This record gives sequence, C-alpha cells and structure tokens, in this order.
Amino acid sequence: MHNPIVRKLLPFISFFLLLIIWELTVRFSGWSTHVFPTPIEVVNGAYELSSDGKLFKDSVASLYRVTVGFYLAVIIGVPLGIILGRVRVANQIINPLIQFLRPISPLAWIPLAMLWFGIGESPAIFLIFLSCFFPLVTSTMISVLSIKPIYFQVASNFGFTRQEVIKKVVLPAILPEVITSFRMIVGIAWLVVVAAEMIAVQSGLGYLILDSRNALRMDYVMVGMITIGLIGLSLDYVMKQLTELDEVEWRKFSS
Amino acid sequence: MNKISIKNIKKGYKERRNQGRKGSDASVKGDDIMVLDGISLEIEEGEMVCFLGPSGAGKSTLLRILAGHDQATSGEVLFNGQPVTGPSADNIFVYQQNGLLPWYTVWENVEFGLRNLEDEEEKNNRIHEHIALVELSGFEHHYPHQLSGGMQRRAELARAMAVNPDVLFMDEPFTGLDYLTHLKIREEVINMHTFYQKTTLMVTHFIEDALVMADRIVVLGERPAKVIMVKKLDFSRPRNIEKDKGLSELRDEIFLLLGVSYVA
Ligand SMILES: Nc1ncnc2c1ncn2[C@@H]1O[C@H](COP(=O)(O)OP(=O)(O)OP(=O)(O)O)[C@@H](O)[C@H]1O
Ligand SMILES: [Mg+2]
Repeated sequence: MHNPIVRKLLPFISFFLLLIIWELTVRFSGWSTHVFPTPIEVVNGAYELSSDGKLFKDSVASLYRVTVGFYLAVIIGVPLGIILGRVRVANQIINPLIQFLRPISPLAWIPLAMLWFGIGESPAIFLIFLSCFFPLVTSTMISVLSIKPIYFQVASNFGFTRQEVIKKVVLPAILPEVITSFRMIVGIAWLVVVAAEMIAVQSGLGYLILDSRNALRMDYVMVGMITIGLIGLSLDYVMKQLTELDEVEWRKFSS
Repeated sequence: MNKISIKNIKKGYKERRNQGRKGSDASVKGDDIMVLDGISLEIEEGEMVCFLGPSGAGKSTLLRILAGHDQATSGEVLFNGQPVTGPSADNIFVYQQNGLLPWYTVWENVEFGLRNLEDEEEKNNRIHEHIALVELSGFEHHYPHQLSGGMQRRAELARAMAVNPDVLFMDEPFTGLDYLTHLKIREEVINMHTFYQKTTLMVTHFIEDALVMADRIVVLGERPAKVIMVKKLDFSRPRNIEKDKGLSELRDEIFLLLGVSYVA
C-alpha cells in the first residue's frame, strides 16, 4: 500500500469490480440484453457511436451549452454578487427576489424557456444560465459580506479609490471562494444540461440518451451515461486546477 | 506651531437596543452612552504622545476620531488649523487588530501604500529600506499568515512608515506579543521616532511603554472619559524606569491614579 503506483491504481479497483458485477448480473438475471446490455455490447455501441462522429458531436453540443451558460452567469453573477455585498440598498431591493427565485429548480423553467425561446440553443443555454446564476450570485454576495471590516478601514486609510477597493481588497478576498463556487456550479450545469436536452433541443448527450431510449437501444443509453460521467469528471478536474492559481495561494496559509 | 488641536471633543454612541426602533432620531439624548466627555489637548509636531486609561474608557474611540475614521458628536479636531474631515493617507493608523491584507505578501503590503509613486526605483528603495528597518529582510515574499504575530506587527509598522505619514496612530501595537518581542518592537518604534520625528499618538495598556517612549503621557479616566492627567516627560533617553527615580515615581503615581496600589 506504500507503493505510489499501487496507490494510484486503487481508485480503479472499484470500477473494475463494477464491471464484473455488471457482467455477472446480466448473465444470471435472465434479462434480455436489449433491456440490460453487457459491458462488451456497450463497448461496441460506443465504437459505433464514435465512428460516425455522433458521440463527439453530441458531447461538443452539451459542452458548448454549459460553457456559454456558465460564462454568462459569471459575467453577470459575480459583479451583481459584489454589488449586493457592498451596496446595502441594492441588497435590500434585489436580494429577496434572488433568494425567492433560487430554490426553483431550473427544470421548472423548461416550459417557459421553450415558450420564450423556442426549440434550439437558446432555451438550453438559458436553463444552464439559471442553474449557475443563482448559486453564484448568492455565494459571491456572502463572501463579500464576510470580508473583515478592518480591510476596508485600511483601504480608506491609505486613500483607496472605489475601484482600487474592488480590485485590491474585494476581488482578491473573495477569489478563493468564488473559484470554489465555479467548480460547484459547473457540476450543477453539467447535471442540468442533460435534463434540458431531453426536452428542449435535438442534440447533445441528453438528446442522445432520449433518442436511444425511443429506439430501444439501451447500449447507446449506457454509452451516453458513461460519457456524461467521464466528461463530468474531466470538467471537475479542470476546475480543480483553478484552486492551484498563484492568486489564491495565500489562502493555504490562512486559518 | 501646534500640529494637532483637539477642542472639547465629545462622543456618544446610541445604545444598541434603541437603534432602528426609534429610527435615527439623533436628538433623543437620553439614549446616548457618553464615551468621551470633553477632551481638549494640543499636540506638537514630532511629539510622541501616549494615552493611558482603563479599558472601555474610549481611547480607541478618541484615536479613531483624531485620525478621521470616526466622527465626534461635538467638538473639533484641527490639523495645522484645518479641520479633519475623513481618513487620509497623511495619517496612518495601526490598528489594534491585524490590518495586513492576507492576500498580499509583505512586499506587496508595503507597496500598496506607495502605489501612486511614479518612480519605480525610488519606490523599490523605499520598500526595501522600511522592510529592513523592521528587520524583515528575507521575508518580503511571505504572506502575513506565514509570519509570527510579532513579525506581522513589524510589517504593519513598516507599511505605515513607508508612506511617510505626517502622523502615526497606533492602537495598542504591542498587545498580544510575547514579552521579548514586545520590548524589541518597542525599541524599533522608538528608533523610528528618533529617526523620522513623526508625530506619534499611541494608546497602550502598558504604563512602562508610556514611560519609556512618550514625550507626554495623557491619562483618561473612567467612561465618560475626561483627561485626568497630562505629564510632560523630560527624562533623558534611553530611559530606564528602575534606575531613574523620577520615572519610577511617576509610574507609581499613574498606577495610583488608575486605582492600583503598585508594589514594586
Ligand atoms: N461602534 C460602537 N457602538 C457603540 N458603542 C461603542 C462602539 N465602539 C465603542 N463603543 C463603546 O465605547 C466605549 C469605549 O470604547 P473604546 O474601544 O474606545 O475603548 P478603549 O478605551 O479603547 O478600550 P480598550 O482599552 O479595552 O481597547 C466602550 O464602552 C464601548 O462599549
Ligand atoms: Mg481600544
């Protein structure tokens, strides 16, 4: 167990076990492989879906929606969160509305989104935006509110302008928490995009799963699920790299 | 010429439970807790003044008002004849709590006071000089949390001194330090004061600090605070309380004044 190579391999044990249990279950359950395909059939399905480029295209479509929705939420959500954390009146006017809308699942917006934006990219992106926006505004606001007042006193003592306060006090102070929120909301967005694609659009991994179910191709359904899992894992890995930025290094030392 | 004139400063705080309920009707006098009850003082340029007094007397409040971080209920503070209207980079405040920005290194913390300096070379020299002055050379690129409490205090002093303020305000700069660090940083403050001759206003709980450092000691009484003693110290430096009879007598006098019968 002290061997680093062995330790790196440990996480794969559970995946390997899962494969064996899967195979055994299919074999002894007596279910038709149409209902419950074997791992080998899923690999074949993956090969078929990859070779005509469909799997790739659908993955890109989903990733595209998540990216655009995420960036929109960041561009609007972070500044709004800062304003809500710094300007009391704005907080009193806007925050109750945001806290009221926040617990409404983005999926509940699907009917309205489709009515407003039709079928296509826009409703899906809108839903991703919603799923990222509310948590992001809220967490940004909370981090701004929890900045110690003494730092603002120091800033005013050294004659900081309003812009300097934002740039040199607020942004650096909240960056570690904001990055954590980024990581969290990308996860949420990835959950929501699949659901949105099952209803509002005709491409993407969610649509792939729905379409394959209609065609009774459970092997394709499983390929879709596995792809979602793998991409989700990679997204989280990428977002995790942000926590290694120099700009948030100071956080490692603070208690 | 008088540098700072404090003219009959009074300060009351609204009692908390009445805030909001009765609105912000400042005229409801009965709700005020009086903290400062008519403080007047003239402070010379370059003078080191130490404020002593019981806890909760209003020392921090007074210092904040003088530095423009808080407003007096009545009375006036003049800097060279000009009324103080708000915080300014000419008066740097070293707070009772740690005021270093944790996301900046020691170097960057000292630098941001000098951020408007055009000349890069002069800026770097000044940062170097002041970090060296507080003996933190080698720790320029450490974050505050990587430093000990005493080192953080020193970094904060370096940051304050580097902007070359007209007046330096220090609210219990030695509190929370171990005894030896306390003495060392005190030495540094004394040296800096001898070197730069900045008007320095310091609040402390340690009577010995005041005796060793101050040109003048001001003692505030219990809340609502009035000045109950002002003493000019003409003793030669470096001072030694044990060896200088005048100093030890003054110490006993102040202890008595603050309600402690001191046994040496
Ligand atoms: N923002 C505030 N609102 C209401 N009361 C306050 C406020 N700040 C201070 N006070 C009150 O004013 C009094 C003086 O406070 P201050 O901090 O000036 O005392 P101090 O002399 O510095 O005490 P210490 O030596 O313990 O630091 C205290 O009784 C405190 O309760
Ligand atoms: Mg105090």
